[in-house]
Amino acid sequence: MWGRRRRGAVPGPGGGTEELRARRREREAALRKARRQEQLVSKRLLREDEQDGAEVLLQPLPEDEVSELLRGVQRASEDRKTLLRRLRRALQDKETQQKFVRLDGSVRTLVGLFTGSLADVQMEAARCLHELSHSSDAAVAEACMPVTPYLLTYLSGHSVELMELCLYTLGNLVVESEAVRKQLLPQGIIPVLASCIQSPHEAVLEGLGYVLSQLLQAKEAPTEIIPLVLDSVLPQHMLQLVCSGLKSGTGAAVEFAWCLHYIVCSHTANAALIALGAVSALSSLLCDIASEISQSFSEGLELLTCPVLRCLGNLLAEETGCEAQIQDERLLAALFTVMQCYLQKHPFIVPEGLWLLNNLTADDPFFCFALLSLDLLPALLQLLPCSQAASVLVLTVLCNVAEKGPAYCQQLHQRAALPLLLGPLALPDPEVVGQCLELLHLLFLHCPQAAVDFVGQGGPQTLKQHQSTPELQERVQALLDMALQPPGASVFSSSPAASSAFS
Amino acid sequence: MAQLRRLRERPPPPCRALPRPPFSFAPRRLRLGGAARPRATPSSPLLLQDGDVQRHLYLRDALTGRAEEAERPRVSEFCCHISGCSQVFDTLEGYEHHYNTLHRNVCSFCKRSFPSGHLLDIHILEWHDSLFQIMAEKQNMYKCLVEGCAEKFKSSKDRKDHLVTIHLYPADFRFGRPKKVKSGTKHMSCPMQQGASVPMDVSMETSEQFQVDPMEVGPSESMEIPQPAASPSPTVPEKRLYKSRVPSTICFGQGATRGFKGPRKKV
Repeated sequence: MWGRRRRGAVPGPGGGTEELRARRREREAALRKARRQEQLVSKRLLREDEQDGAEVLLQPLPEDEVSELLRGVQRASEDRKTLLRRLRRALQDKETQQKFVRLDGSVRTLVGLFTGSLADVQMEAARCLHELSHSSDAAVAEACMPVTPYLLTYLSGHSVELMELCLYTLGNLVVESEAVRKQLLPQGIIPVLASCIQSPHEAVLEGLGYVLSQLLQAKEAPTEIIPLVLDSVLPQHMLQLVCSGLKSGTGAAVEFAWCLHYIVCSHTANAALIALGAVSALSSLLCDIASEISQSFSEGLELLTCPVLRCLGNLLAEETGCEAQIQDERLLAALFTVMQCYLQKHPFIVPEGLWLLNNLTADDPFFCFALLSLDLLPALLQLLPCSQAASVLVLTVLCNVAEKGPAYCQQLHQRAALPLLLGPLALPDPEVVGQCLELLHLLFLHCPQAAVDFVGQGGPQTLKQHQSTPELQERVQALLDMALQPPGASVFSSSPAASSAFS
Repeated sequence: MAQLRRLRERPPPPCRALPRPPFSFAPRRLRLGGAARPRATPSSPLLLQDGDVQRHLYLRDALTGRAEEAERPRVSEFCCHISGCSQVFDTLEGYEHHYNTLHRNVCSFCKRSFPSGHLLDIHILEWHDSLFQIMAEKQNMYKCLVEGCAEKFKSSKDRKDHLVTIHLYPADFRFGRPKKVKSGTKHMSCPMQQGASVPMDVSMETSEQFQVDPMEVGPSESMEIPQPAASPSPTVPEKRLYKSRVPSTICFGQGATRGFKGPRKKV
């Protein structure tokens, strides 16, 4: 997608797509584990594919062979390119990387060739440095520190191929070591990136987005990096590139969307972003995405959709009350379209979309009203079985609506919410059931008829299943009392139905 | 997407009440943190886990669309059209990189090339502007090399100290060496590889006959590549490693140096 091939897209010699799927599941499990342990670090590698498409498994070289390679590169006057290429292949191996940087003068040699006047040698040296940057050993990243001022210098140049390599190398180094970041900031990385963002080349922009996304994830980002970024022209360009990303430069748009997400997460910059019009811009983008994927399912857009949902969700959680910027029911429709389209293939989008929906409906009655009027209730309830998190969120959104009072509860009841709640009520999961109980309470409170119908549909029997669950007991009992109380003798307030507002 | 019916009415005003125990629900807008990194902002709950995992899978999988150099579409060989440069190419990418790196930011006075327009501008100002030295006596004229830093200094040494202490640049940063005050070309003896015995001023490599010096704001000092078995003088540039392409039987006149007289001559 976006002109880049995915590693592993070509089936290996062993088998076809089933093997690929199994491998992917394993990798996902490993990443999930790393994420739980807060160890999740990923890098990009600009490595050209081997000719036959298979990844060549390398053996680490013994120390003297690495040494020999280095000497060869230092001594040669002709054929340097070939020797560097050989070195680059060797440096694909982790241990060889470590051995290489420990050799005296090794990185200095590469830097010298990288900054020399021979363009093709320069390119090969740059590729070797890029391999080194991919190491997961912080010591290797730190050994590459002498190259950083030159990486920045060449970013002010014009060779797109070299700039792209410099950007990905920088991004890899940045994510690996705080010492590298501590050096890059005074070396002026932010102003350099701010000029690069005006480049017309998509490859440069994507690489730039990558570097920034790694910088912005640093633990010191909220205090050291984000203020510098906000002070520059970067935010408005990022926003613009994200929002135009469906037409062109989708790869770059994805990177910048994640950048915006990391900035928003730091919760230090949101007033500035809101002032730039981020909320309305991103809402429009979500509508465009919905329109695009409902017509033809384009693989890969979920990676743009995800950070956009997150940014909107978090920006809406700010106290500055920017809901007024987006009171547009098209946003709601778009959100549902997106969730429905991704329900089968990329279900991870659904809970994230529901989180945004929660933030939209929590305080402002506008979206609660729109949800009902646009008849989106069935679509919402369709999302219940997606996952446990999705179930809890669907019920939470319904609670948001019900909490707005009798007019809203009447509508929920009229639109047959009740029978659909009996399903989740019967589940064993206490968190899901608990949320269901809260919803039933609100419904009974504001719409006594709901309590009556609940009894008629056999609700109390389902309720009683949970009487012995500690965290549910009290509420179950309270609901049973409410439901089985004779009508008329109600101690709960109810106001006359105001359902004429809903058409 | 089906035709969307637009809303015509305003939402009815909410009638909200505080939660009644044992019920506790109150609508809350949720904030969720982002990065799944060690000691980052409080990590987001499981809700965002799968999205993060997909993002990381993408990062690890994404490859460049570039083919291996051997596979790039070949064109029939062509030569760089810049006069004096006879480098030959058979891929467009190779040519593009060469041109952008070596011929884009070239000083029209001395033909040196620079990695960026910024460095070229500073070079022209400091080397070729006749007023520069005069003005530098009265005010700080030496600009900091780092883009975005507006500092100026009264001497090249002060600038270098600033680069090293404030911007953490290496002391031997290749593109920031001072202009020597004395004029005159340098001819120095240097340990040569087998071949020519006359000192050369320019680097020669294959067909890059008009290769200029390594991009410099000033003349280069000690070379960077450690040479075994050579004990270069401190002023020998790295380019001396390369053999001259001009055969030793050709001489351009009595006492003249062989090969192109390099851009050492100050204008």
